[in-house]
Amino acid sequence: MTPPSTPDRAALRLALRGITKIYPSVVANDRVDLDVAPGQIHAVLGENGAGKSTLMKIIYGVVRADAGEIRWDGRPVGIGSPTEARRLGIGMVFQHFSLFETLSVAENISLAVPGSLKELSGRIAEVSERYGLPVDPRKPVHTLSVGERQRVEIVRCLLQAPRLLILDEPTSVLPPQAVERLFETLRKLAAEGVSILYISHKLEEIQSLCHAATILRAGRVVGVVDPRRESAVGLARLMIGRDLPPAIHPEPCAAREERLAVAGLTLPADEPFGTALREITLRVSSGEIVGIAGVSGNGQRELMTALSGERLVEPPDAIRLCGAPAGRLGPQARRLRGLAFVPEERLGRGAVPPVTLAENALLTAAHLDMVRSGFVRTDRMRTFAERCIREFDVKAGGPDAAAQSLSGGNLQKYLVGRELLQHPRLLLVSQPTWGLDVGAAAFIRQRLVALRNAGTAILVVSEELEELFEISDRIAVMCAGRLTPAVPVRETSVAEIGAWMTGLFPAAHSGGGPCA
Amino acid sequence: MRLSLASRPEPSRVMLAASPLLAASLTLAAGFLLFLALGQRPGAALHTFFVAPVSSGNGLAELLLKAAPLILIAQGLAIGFRANVWNIGAEGQLILGAIAASSLAIGFQGTASPWLLPAMVAAGILGGMAWAAIPAYLRTRFHANEILVTLMLTYVAGLLLSYLVHGPMRDPQGLNFPQSVLFGDSALFPVILPGTRLNLAVGFPVLATAAAWIFVARTYAGYQMLVGGLAPQAARYAGFSQGRAVWTALLIGGGAAGLAGVGEVAGPLGQLLPVVSPGYGFAAIIVAFVGRLHPLGIVVAGLLMSLLYLGGEAAQIALQVPYAVTSLFQGFLLFCLLGSDLFVFYRVRWRPREGRPS
Repeated sequence: MTPPSTPDRAALRLALRGITKIYPSVVANDRVDLDVAPGQIHAVLGENGAGKSTLMKIIYGVVRADAGEIRWDGRPVGIGSPTEARRLGIGMVFQHFSLFETLSVAENISLAVPGSLKELSGRIAEVSERYGLPVDPRKPVHTLSVGERQRVEIVRCLLQAPRLLILDEPTSVLPPQAVERLFETLRKLAAEGVSILYISHKLEEIQSLCHAATILRAGRVVGVVDPRRESAVGLARLMIGRDLPPAIHPEPCAAREERLAVAGLTLPADEPFGTALREITLRVSSGEIVGIAGVSGNGQRELMTALSGERLVEPPDAIRLCGAPAGRLGPQARRLRGLAFVPEERLGRGAVPPVTLAENALLTAAHLDMVRSGFVRTDRMRTFAERCIREFDVKAGGPDAAAQSLSGGNLQKYLVGRELLQHPRLLLVSQPTWGLDVGAAAFIRQRLVALRNAGTAILVVSEELEELFEISDRIAVMCAGRLTPAVPVRETSVAEIGAWMTGLFPAAHSGGGPCA
Repeated sequence: MRLSLASRPEPSRVMLAASPLLAASLTLAAGFLLFLALGQRPGAALHTFFVAPVSSGNGLAELLLKAAPLILIAQGLAIGFRANVWNIGAEGQLILGAIAASSLAIGFQGTASPWLLPAMVAAGILGGMAWAAIPAYLRTRFHANEILVTLMLTYVAGLLLSYLVHGPMRDPQGLNFPQSVLFGDSALFPVILPGTRLNLAVGFPVLATAAAWIFVARTYAGYQMLVGGLAPQAARYAGFSQGRAVWTALLIGGGAAGLAGVGEVAGPLGQLLPVVSPGYGFAAIIVAFVGRLHPLGIVVAGLLMSLLYLGGEAAQIALQVPYAVTSLFQGFLLFCLLGSDLFVFYRVRWRPREGRPS
């Protein structure tokens, strides 16, 4: 470990000393020290549950530390609320968004930034243009995808001209060009003297962007390093305390059988700001993973609800499942034909938050003989949940733990397990590792590849290009309701896919246009 | 300083169970003050209200008699409430059940057939279901809000009943009083406790409680409705039909209310009157919530609500206080329950005013 050159302590913009926060069941922060100099881009690295988010909430005044001291420009301060934090010049982009669903983008921003709606809309358009963060100020937030919501959060912070900007996993939902643009923005901001706290688990990003990194594990600081002088492997080891599981690049499978065929699927938007699907054509065969890349809000949600049966489509053979028309079949009928689906929203859609894991098994796996003449067979339901917890390494109190009591990563493992244990012929997965720590994400990717090797057809929608390139056999891009042809991963590059994501489709494929 | 509510990460299970009891105690305390303000001796008044009505065999029989429709209706409503289907028109469905059963009793006057009573029961259930089917259809077909439709149909039902007892179903020999003929014995539930009005219809809520418990805890249909109420998106994802949940909830609630209507006209009333229920259909909503939408909780809450009815009548006679005191107590009870629940789910915090230098 090489400690970064420590700036003069008096000149530090932010200094934390011995910050401790204890929750009833866990010590979130244990005597954490953190120094951020003016104009420094400082990474906070750590797995989910390492205490990064709690630490940031303490700095932003959302949570009060039980012990420790915060110094701002060398002066001890108590930050009792986000209002006080903003007054000091601290801005934060949350990982879990803090937007009001029923208000429009401009209205949400007006809650934090003074100015008339009209004037704000202009400034929003200007900032989003400048930093490549497209948002429509008039759209109500509930119609936005997670990616779009994050962009709103970033724009809101930038409008407040902060002196310290906290970004929690900001790039997970951006296309590569936008990441590069964001980095340029951040570097520019840093050059102007703004300090940046950058939370991420993407080691390459931290190495290319950050001047210093504080690494947390289980609530404690385990290292302060200069990431530019460390290897990615070394950083990962510090962060998770052991070596990463090896990356998997699947070999192509031979014998193929078509499991999903979408032909010319056109579907009007189901809500005012939804995306209409236009002429979607897509095939997924047994033993392959097809990835769909793209920035959220370009029709991925609409495509997945049409494929899962949550929304029915005409004509019925626009979607064929294992050779048979399926457009008019509901979700249960499609499951009986071998479909399984892991949705993007885990709590509230993939799982019912207040009920137990065992009861959540019944949500989609009821056809595994868990219901007999209308009555639920509790024993089979529990056995299934126990098996899922065991085989998918879910850290939970057992089948009677409420779904909402699990961490994001563990709930996702449970949901993936629940779908995989149904031995699907076709698996749909939306954002398989969104918000997960590296360990859980690697685990889930490995299971997906193993399932593919066993002959299942898999369709993955993800905003993380690295992930798609790691596990997919073929990759397609969704943009403004259209889908490019799926090309073999070995014949394309991140740069090419990234260009398609912004709407620059290959000439052979008509209908290129600006992306949402 | 500023008062604010912070949600508790894990509400205490003990307090969650104790909250209805706490609410009942607070209601009693409020009653104490109320009687004091009315110039009564509070201790004696509360005794008249809550103890005297049940200190005789006949009193206990009356308690069960009044608890029966409350529990029956509340069990039906609770199934819908858990699925976010808000049927608040059980009063109207009860009236339709009473009308349907009475039309058989009047049409087959003088028959001694043992099938008359079962036919009335079936007609009552179907009558309540039919009335509840209207909001179910309007909701699933046109997205009409079932809260409004069920409530408004209650007034339609009341006017329909009024028309019938003043017209077609009036007793021709009844000196123009707005009431039907007195039902024959074959159209009445047999009394099971001689000397009281307690009749066989008291068995319905017992069966309904068992059925509701099995439905909620053991059936796939009950599970689907629970999911629809807790997480509508998850229900859609799993492919559970929302329309079916609406229909099931309203038909069960309507059927139970209709059956309760049969229990009234073929029980203590013995004929069709312009008013067949002292607001059981509305009071059952309170019973369902005080009982935490749990089948056994509803039984306890139903008995408590029944005691409030009896106490109100007793207080009216013995203390000359207005009958509205009953409604006051019902309101107190719901208010205290909601208030207690607030503190179970939230913690009150005093926060320093924002902007104060710290």
